[in-house]
Amino acid sequence: MRIAFVVLLMAMAGLARAEDPTFELALRNHQFTPAEITVPAGQKIKLVVKNEDATPEEFESKKLNREKVIPARSQATIFVGPLKPGEYPFVGEYHEKTATGRLIAK
Amino acid sequence: MLGSAVIVFRETLEAALIVTIVLAATRGLAGRVGWIGAGIAAGLAGAVAVAGAAEAIAAAFEGVGQELFNAGVLLAAVAMLGWHHLWMAEHGRRLAAELRALSDSVRAGGRTLGVLAAAVALAVLREGAETVLFLQGLAATAPTHDVVAGFALGAAGGAVVGTLLYVGLVRIPVRHFFRVTGWLVVALAAGLAAQAARFLEQADLLPALVPEVWDTSSLLTETSLTGQLLHVLVGYTARPSGIQVAFYAVTIVTLILAAWRLRTTRVGLPRMPHAA
Repeated sequence: MRIAFVVLLMAMAGLARAEDPTFELALRNHQFTPAEITVPAGQKIKLVVKNEDATPEEFESKKLNREKVIPARSQATIFVGPLKPGEYPFVGEYHEKTATGRLIAK
Repeated sequence: MLGSAVIVFRETLEAALIVTIVLAATRGLAGRVGWIGAGIAAGLAGAVAVAGAAEAIAAAFEGVGQELFNAGVLLAAVAMLGWHHLWMAEHGRRLAAELRALSDSVRAGGRTLGVLAAAVALAVLREGAETVLFLQGLAATAPTHDVVAGFALGAAGGAVVGTLLYVGLVRIPVRHFFRVTGWLVVALAAGLAAQAARFLEQADLLPALVPEVWDTSSLLTETSLTGQLLHVLVGYTARPSGIQVAFYAVTIVTLILAAWRLRTTRVGLPRMPHAA
């Protein structure tokens, strides 16, 4: 029963994953490229953050209520939203001075 | 260096406060320092191992392995803290009575010390792994003494806050002591459950239900020291999602009701007849 529920959840997640619009960000020299992305408001989106640096980074956004460690030279998938229209700043917590960016939901 | 110390402090704070609460909650149990010390040591060893496997974990399950791992560790810790709370509901009164009488008789902790040591190990493992990863990255670019100083300062900061909390807690009169530590354990467990919910939501395995139930970030940010302390102690989140609030509430209600049932079934036992 429980296993069936988990399988169902996974299947639902799989379905949702196929439909959600995907946005890509890269981390290069501890900076986000692009540093600003516009995403649709009111629907769930998938963020793919590629860390091209040789050191790990922690993607963090208090406003998005998200945090995730991204090991060196690897990529992370983060689901956010559905968002209200507005600006959502995010940082790379390990390099807070340079790694800043924002997501704009319209 | 200061910047790295702040990051290490943030990462170690949660583990430090959990260790503190567990130390307080096990007051009076024989052998608790050994058990909790073993839990910390196991957690540190695990943290190094997890940091080493970070890339494999992150890449697993279509890129959401880290969330599944974190949620699993958090929910296991919730289960263990909850188990301890129910154990206390059964044995707490006797424990408090013995503490009050300053009895030095052996106070058998039963299985609860082992369970709590495991909860401590999980907390140290989760936060420690992130600290190890961060320091590894720092070591690639910064001089070694900066890395060591950043770690030492940050970890010392976590230890100081933990010690202050402990000193404050042991001042509570004994007859209220285990009630307060019980509340702390329940709030801590609920906060960890809410964090687990957020990871599962972030991995798209659970729906947010409501993206943002409230927004108190203008009153208290999670990045402030008070916000961080409350985040660990009572699970404060400035912008929680519906699923987080649901996990929080279910954990609290379940633990309170289960502990109440355990207590009231004892009260229902026949009383000793009075001596004539």
